[in-house]
Amino acid sequence: MVTALAAVSAAIGIFFFGWILYVVLQKGARALTPAFFLELPAPPGVPGGGVANAIVGTLVITLGASILGVPIGMLVGVFLAEFGRHSRLAGVIRFSSNVLMGTPSIIVGMFVYATVVVRTGHFSGYAGAIALAVIMLPIIARTTEDMLHLVPHTLRESALALGAPYWKMTLGVVFRAARAGLVTGVILAVARVSGETAPLLFTALNSPNWGFPNEPMANLTVTVFNFAMSPYEDWQQMAWGASFMITVGVLIVTIISRFAMRQKAHRR
Amino acid sequence: MSQDNLRIKTFVDHGPEHGDEPSHKTEGTVKMSTRNLSFYYGKNQVLFDNNLDVAANRVTAIIGPSGCGKSTHIRVYNRIFELYREQKVTGEVLLDGENVLGDDVDVLRLRKRIGMIFQKPSPFPMSIFDNVAYGVRLQYRLSGSEMTERVMRALKRAALWDEVKDKLKSPGTALSGGQQQRLCIARSIALEPEVLLMDEPCSAIDPVGTAKIEELIESLKKRFTIVLVTHNMQQAARVSDYTAFFYQGHIVEFGRTNQIFTNPAKKQTEDYITGRFG
Repeated sequence: MVTALAAVSAAIGIFFFGWILYVVLQKGARALTPAFFLELPAPPGVPGGGVANAIVGTLVITLGASILGVPIGMLVGVFLAEFGRHSRLAGVIRFSSNVLMGTPSIIVGMFVYATVVVRTGHFSGYAGAIALAVIMLPIIARTTEDMLHLVPHTLRESALALGAPYWKMTLGVVFRAARAGLVTGVILAVARVSGETAPLLFTALNSPNWGFPNEPMANLTVTVFNFAMSPYEDWQQMAWGASFMITVGVLIVTIISRFAMRQKAHRR
Repeated sequence: MSQDNLRIKTFVDHGPEHGDEPSHKTEGTVKMSTRNLSFYYGKNQVLFDNNLDVAANRVTAIIGPSGCGKSTHIRVYNRIFELYREQKVTGEVLLDGENVLGDDVDVLRLRKRIGMIFQKPSPFPMSIFDNVAYGVRLQYRLSGSEMTERVMRALKRAALWDEVKDKLKSPGTALSGGQQQRLCIARSIALEPEVLLMDEPCSAIDPVGTAKIEELIESLKKRFTIVLVTHNMQQAARVSDYTAFFYQGHIVEFGRTNQIFTNPAKKQTEDYITGRFG
């Protein structure tokens, strides 16, 4: 009975996943012309045009977010798993990470709007990167902690018993042992934030131009948001294309992380 | 320091003691000894006033039922227990007459002098060569050829060289359990420690691997002082020179291995080695 219910629920889940994928791929594929990848957006009614700036923008903003979020998040994770394990501070950090992970991303967007955009006086690509980095931070910190916890204690003790200082043991042995898991965690966090729209609405905004990181910057998710809401059919078509790009991108990244996990399983 | 040395000499001169209090004395040079060593997990005391002498270049076996504190006892020797905040110790552990538990002791150097082998083989996630070189790289800057030489020597002494010489670059985790444990031994002895602590090194190893490691222990004692914790009494009888029997955190009896196994002084010891409990 329970098995049957579980099977039905699973089937429903897979059905909707398949349906979403089908619609996005089918409608999006039609928008994929060479111009889509190479040109800037055209005004409604004008034939041609693409979202090249948004593709580049998403890549740049996500990369910026990773550069900010990954090292800091990992250091926090190392503190939680190794150095601060039982300290009070670790408890506080763990609790705040959980709260931050549950915070709606639009609130993170508002926060960065208030602290960065208002202060600098303009929307910018880097404000978007900061917002995404804030969203990444708790995810990376907690997965790093979990992955380091999986490393057996004997491995730590063996390295320490050879006279290794604690930090050398952490970097040289524990990190290496947890390598595949850490990489997977980072990739999944990147995939997660690369599909965020709300935090970019108030920070990177959007732009019809190429845009430098210190200016409003185009990106795929806000492009979908703007174009899909427009009354113009060719823009709506562009939105489908951009959705296609995001979906496929996240799919590829997820598959890569699966592959990394598989590698780890093999080595054990 | 000189006073401590004198103290050890007097033990050596007196030879084994008799009486109610279990003797902790050995006959050769004393390499390590514990004085009134007590150990606490939080408020829970698990070792009670342990006094034990470890003879240089001999194998000292520590036997006793599970949970009697034998592993805990040797985990004090290299201060690895300090990794866990709730674990506390009182008393002294002397290495060549000097207390290793002192605040001013350089723990990293101490651990270079006292190697440790754990129950579960724990090769690092790197190549066989790098596993053995790991500890050496922490301590010395060696040229490539010197390092190769050193790794080779350690692997030969650990009786593993012939099995791995053609695949030094393959991961240490790819070896069999028994080979992994010998790799861990090679990793430890590459640092040329003075004492080797072995915490049930064969408990996760098959019989063939166990036989190889026991043979290895026999040959290693020429260079190192070995403390072997084991739940396997036959193993203690086969490889050790001295045996200490632990029960509920107390050292019940200590003496030459053949004496402990053939003519134990305490009834508890006799009951344990004849298999009546434990």
